[in-house]
Amino acid sequence: MSSKDLGTYAKNTWCLGCGNFAILSAIKTVLKELSQEGLGLENVVLVSGIGCHAKIVDYIDTNSFYSIHGRVLPVAEAIKIANPKLKVIGFAGDGDCYGEGLEHLIFAAKRNIDLTIIVHNNRVYGLTVGQYTPTSPLGFKGRSTPYGTKEKAINPLEIMLSSGATFISRGYTHGIELLKQLFKQAIMHKGFALVDVLQVCVTFFNLYEYYNKTVYELKDHNPADFNQALAKIREWDYNSQAPIALGVFYKSEQDCFEDSFKVDSEKLLDRDLEIRRILKDSF
Amino acid sequence: MDEFAVLIGGKAGDGIDRAGLLIGQILNQLGKRIYIYRDYPSVIRGGHTFSIIRATKEKKSTCREKIDFLLALNQDCIDLHKNKLVDNAVIIYDSGSVKIDTLPASVKTFGIALDKIIKEENAQPVMRNSCIIASLAKALGLDWNILEKVFKKYISREVDLNLKVALRAFNETEVKERLESTPQKTLPLLTGNDAISLGLINAGLNSYIAYPMTPTSNILHFLAGIADDFGLKVIHPENEIAVSLMALGFAYSGKRAAVGTSGGGFCLMTESVSLAAMAELPIVIVVGQRTGPSTGLPTYTGQSDLHFALNAGHGEFTRFLVAPGDAEEAYLWAGIALNLSWKYQIPSIVLVDKTTCEGTFSFDIDSIEKLKIESPLIWDRNNSYKRYQDSPNGVSPLAFIPEKDQVIKVDSYEHDEYGITTEDAQITRLMQGKRLRKCKFLAQDLAAKTPVKIYGKTDSSQAIICWGSNKGVCIEIGAHLGLKVIQPLVLSPFPKEQLLQAISGVNLLINVENNITGQLSRLLNCQGIKVDKQILKYDGRPFFLEELEREIKKVL
Repeated sequence: MSSKDLGTYAKNTWCLGCGNFAILSAIKTVLKELSQEGLGLENVVLVSGIGCHAKIVDYIDTNSFYSIHGRVLPVAEAIKIANPKLKVIGFAGDGDCYGEGLEHLIFAAKRNIDLTIIVHNNRVYGLTVGQYTPTSPLGFKGRSTPYGTKEKAINPLEIMLSSGATFISRGYTHGIELLKQLFKQAIMHKGFALVDVLQVCVTFFNLYEYYNKTVYELKDHNPADFNQALAKIREWDYNSQAPIALGVFYKSEQDCFEDSFKVDSEKLLDRDLEIRRILKDSF
Repeated sequence: MDEFAVLIGGKAGDGIDRAGLLIGQILNQLGKRIYIYRDYPSVIRGGHTFSIIRATKEKKSTCREKIDFLLALNQDCIDLHKNKLVDNAVIIYDSGSVKIDTLPASVKTFGIALDKIIKEENAQPVMRNSCIIASLAKALGLDWNILEKVFKKYISREVDLNLKVALRAFNETEVKERLESTPQKTLPLLTGNDAISLGLINAGLNSYIAYPMTPTSNILHFLAGIADDFGLKVIHPENEIAVSLMALGFAYSGKRAAVGTSGGGFCLMTESVSLAAMAELPIVIVVGQRTGPSTGLPTYTGQSDLHFALNAGHGEFTRFLVAPGDAEEAYLWAGIALNLSWKYQIPSIVLVDKTTCEGTFSFDIDSIEKLKIESPLIWDRNNSYKRYQDSPNGVSPLAFIPEKDQVIKVDSYEHDEYGITTEDAQITRLMQGKRLRKCKFLAQDLAAKTPVKIYGKTDSSQAIICWGSNKGVCIEIGAHLGLKVIQPLVLSPFPKEQLLQAISGVNLLINVENNITGQLSRLLNCQGIKVDKQILKYDGRPFFLEELEREIKKVL
């Protein structure tokens, strides 16, 4: 099934102009670059949830686990814990991992598991045709909230910072060069890395014009400084009208959960003999 | 005394569980077979808690109602259990806190001032247990060195002080009996949870993932403690949803994973059961039933999740469900479940209950059939890899990452042989058929493993049918009353042929269950098998021997 451009025979069913195309193109480019730099692509695993974003694993010719809604993280975490040598990249939607699976996201960050999570944050449910998500702005009129939402959006990056994520960044699907840089840095980061991608849904929530006017790239920002990171993360809270920073907000080095297992699970022993020893000594 | 029962009780926090185990181990030293029933409320401190330790010559796995020795650490213990005493029972009690009156003259009582001993020796209140255990040992005419040996092996903290206070109580107690030892090898005392844990390890477990929930939490605790000995990765994540999804992540990576929970946690896992079926990823789920619905009686038993376990998860697919009835069956079948999950790439459920999980059994590993870690079907590296390659028995060869120049794709959507999503009608039919076809081959494998067990008077026309933890009590009653006892051990795929064979010639079929609707009888009914009488208990407590015998006699 392999092909040089990392594509598959699966028919692409994203809408024309969907921001997902930029994410697909960027990740394929990054994987190819990493391959040229010596990373065997057989060591890469992609995990997705359910939603428009999740189709990405059908479109890339690599190992993948197409999981279920909200559950990208526990699957990705286990794959990494089972085999810490792998590069595990999760793709999730905003409804998927900021809503249905938020608890998993917080705990994956808390454990600082060495994996990358790329959030296709279009701030609307696409595949279920247009309802609000955790990051839809206050007053968003969706099919389940025809008179506008009465709840504010969450700021997922602030949640990630307080949960212990060690790489927190934001990209935009208009701006593929930055997106590629962020993906590559996130994948190479040792620890839990999140890239929140402002991915525009052309059909249900077209924010291209708005984003084009408000986004800017972080400059003179020190991502090693927690307080600076917090201030920049709080600059735009996903509700208010404010400049939207793109780039790496926070980066630090911490121990990773998967390295805490001292014993190699491949350790060979006579299990029957060992069970008999335990029966004798402890029971 | 061919057999006898000791009840030790106090309030939660008194260390009754540990004390019961120590008594079991002391009697174990004399070659007795031990069964311990634990009864405790869902609180950390306060509330009445007790253990019944039954010592017998031959292995048993149930309790009698009658108590021969009552060890009372508080007044409740006398008030709540005095009606269970045999005529010449012995009561050993804390004379500082317990009042004894209105007992038949035949009952021998012995008071010890536990608090006084504890105070004078500057010991901890929990060491009152050591005193009262020593009194029991003396009353049974045991040598001090037996108690000393057991304390030294099983008490990890301040064993010398425990022995010091125990010796005082020992010396203050009179010998009431001369308990003879039974000349047979001593056996380790395991809970059902311990047996499940070791059974999984025996079948090659690589990872155990669980969120704490009674009655299976002790599997998590035990495996976490011995993880390093076996290179196990034991994880306690944020909730049961993560638990089961992580297990599937391990399975995808070629690592054998199991999870454990009870009804409420299993509710959260059901989406993973479906995913495991669709993505064809092996997982073993240990479900320890307790009294439901909902929070119910968290620390008491029940058998009300049979249909839940048989039907959990949406969609139609092959699952394996086994309901072991004691520690040896739990050990063997937890391992078989792991092997079969991997052989057929399906979800397996080991359905037990609090009675088995937290009951303590004399465990004879030599009586159990030897189990090999069976290697699953592995890709032969010819042609390009297809994760869902169709095959005569529905099983596709497995490959694990990294596999150079190949991709390994699993998918929760319907998918083609490569694992790419599809909505094509023809492929959907192909894949549904592939997944369901496994069932027939699984059933054939199981036919060679005695999926339905038969005990007692096998040619009797009157039979008890039971499943899970009622095995032990039904076998004893079957032997007393000359009845056949039928235990369907495998419940999915339903062992119809074996069950029809088991009931042939039976004209009175008595169904015994710990639920209010007779769930096994409903399952049998679906297969055209009707039970004649139902004996159902649904108050959270297991059947006691005399109690069930009375009920069965009524319907004979």
